Amino acid sequence: MNSKSRPKPRIAVFKFASCDGCQLSLLEAEDEILAIAGAVDIAYFPEASRAMGKGPYDIGLVEGSITTHHDAQRIQQVRRQCHTLITIGACATAGGIQALRNWKDVDEFVRVVYATPRYISTLKLSTPIAEHVPVDFELRGCPINKYQLIELITATLSGRKPNISTYSVCQECKRKGSVCIAVAQGVACLGPVTQAGCGALCPSYNRGCYGCYGPMESPNTESLSNQFHILGQHPADITRAFRSFNAWAWQFRKASEETKPS
Amino acid sequence: MNTPGTRTIKVDYLTRVEGEGALYVKLKGDQVRDVKLKIFEPPRLFEAFLRGRHFSEVADITARICGICPIAYQMSAVHAVERALGIKIDPAVRMLRRLFYCGEWIESHALHIFMLHTPDFLGYPDAIQMARDHRAVVEQGLRLKKAGNHIVRLMGGREIHPVSAAVGGFYKTPAKSELRELEDELKWALDASVATAKLVAGFEFPDFEQDYIFVSLSHPEEYPFNEGRIVSSRGRDLDVSQYEEYFIEQHVQHSNALHSVLRDGGSYMVGPMARFNLNFEKLPEVAKQVARDCGLNVPCRNPFRSIIVRAVEMVFACHEALRVIGEYEPPASPRVEALPRSSAGQAATEAPRGLLYHRYGLDENGLILSAKIVPPTSQNQKRIEDDLWQFVAQIATRPEDEITWKCEQAIRNYDPCISCATHFLRLHVERE
Repeated sequence: MNSKSRPKPRIAVFKFASCDGCQLSLLEAEDEILAIAGAVDIAYFPEASRAMGKGPYDIGLVEGSITTHHDAQRIQQVRRQCHTLITIGACATAGGIQALRNWKDVDEFVRVVYATPRYISTLKLSTPIAEHVPVDFELRGCPINKYQLIELITATLSGRKPNISTYSVCQECKRKGSVCIAVAQGVACLGPVTQAGCGALCPSYNRGCYGCYGPMESPNTESLSNQFHILGQHPADITRAFRSFNAWAWQFRKASEETKPS
Repeated sequence: MNTPGTRTIKVDYLTRVEGEGALYVKLKGDQVRDVKLKIFEPPRLFEAFLRGRHFSEVADITARICGICPIAYQMSAVHAVERALGIKIDPAVRMLRRLFYCGEWIESHALHIFMLHTPDFLGYPDAIQMARDHRAVVEQGLRLKKAGNHIVRLMGGREIHPVSAAVGGFYKTPAKSELRELEDELKWALDASVATAKLVAGFEFPDFEQDYIFVSLSHPEEYPFNEGRIVSSRGRDLDVSQYEEYFIEQHVQHSNALHSVLRDGGSYMVGPMARFNLNFEKLPEVAKQVARDCGLNVPCRNPFRSIIVRAVEMVFACHEALRVIGEYEPPASPRVEALPRSSAGQAATEAPRGLLYHRYGLDENGLILSAKIVPPTSQNQKRIEDDLWQFVAQIATRPEDEITWKCEQAIRNYDPCISCATHFLRLHVERE
């Protein structure tokens, strides 16, 4: 797509409500970052540079969820400036952990944290970017996997489909040769309904998957909820399990609201 | 908007800091009339939605306050819950938690020294541009960062939001042989940290000293990480449970981050300089010697020299990591069982940016009734503004561009993490 005579593709990184971890993944690619910076023009990345190049950009990487009126407007401007818009991480793709407010009274939340609530401007819901503007690709994870990010940027620039799997954590776990923690130890594990990408970390650290990559392509959450009941979990435990970093992803949201045994 | 003779210097979006903030400075002639560090990072309301969650979830949830220092959040969280539940951890687990924290200090300090702060001293907008002229320096920084991250990845599975920390210990503890694999790179990192300290000690520092109140943890035998009393340079010596009696949070209109101040008034400083000044004697000889060779005296009162202090702390962290690895014997069990009870507990640990306080109230089923989290940047926010009042006055006659950049540099002295504090900066300088 880009011949050598053409200018380098320009990349921008935008932050909304988030922990900065996903954009930090770019800097965590210690062995690749200088090569990436040689291949593309990182034109706008305030966390890393004072130089803030103006748009338009070829690729915009968006981290974070929309939680304020100002940000709801800003994302519209960001979309207009970016040829390809990629959301990175659970906040941008599913609203993040801050979406727990979506089931509660946000005004009461603000009163709990701040002495003078009227100084604070925030929306009732924390929502993913795709609820506001069209998104070209959603990269999952809390945090994202830096190698998936590099693959996604490379694929986008060469005009091909990125090689990012949408199957479950279980498949990664099997390939890794881990013994199934749910079957062998009776540990509640969200692996069967969670998208792969982390490398099946939690089961190999002797704990159940907690769903930080969000729902896989076709999750059977009902069946998993039933299994959790059999393992002795209470409905409130199951609700909490589905309501974490990807709570507002519709499959997990639905599962968190239907936790009675069927 | 400006009256004649008034100048406003504004930085609408502070860069090379973690999170979103702005700076606003108003000058009349060469006199500073107002300084506001505005934090507009949207509030995420952690302390509110933690209520009703189970104590076993707090380490994973609070890690998400900050992608740069998740381990700090995990450590303050698990220690606070352990204190509430009366849990005594295995000494080997305690050692491993120090090692885990060493990884985060090395990674975070290397990121700040090389990627965020050195470009100010050498006059580049960022480390990538700087790499064109100083490739070896940037490569060394990246390798140091990777060495820290290697510890974190080995112990917790990934660099950001690692998965191994648990109330009572870890979900899984490493084998002796796994830790031994870290040794060669950490020996390199120790030497590279010494070289880093000497490199940054050669930078030009503004002549700027302040009479700070330093606050940090203090432990009788160790440079502090997870445990100790809260001490100040004015002679305070408190148990962590007394924290809220002496430090209060104020909500100011221009910031989504609460300002922490001393109850008896005024700002204070937490972080590397505070730790260094209050705990110098606890540093290993190699780190003390580097500090002396770099001309760092105790107390260091020039915040621009904090970059040297961070390098000295990297020397310490590499040394400490090697010590832990050398002495490590795996615990009998990765964690002790945590039984719920109606209780409350607080803990403070030393995040790379300074003291991080957590308090939790728990019910009889182990669900969280109340949570309070005070990150280092909230505590330093007022102190950063105080520095700027003094520093801007010193450079007020310089051109606007220079004032702006120097102010940014002065803010970066604190390695502020705005994501944490709400939780950075746009600069406005207004002149009259």
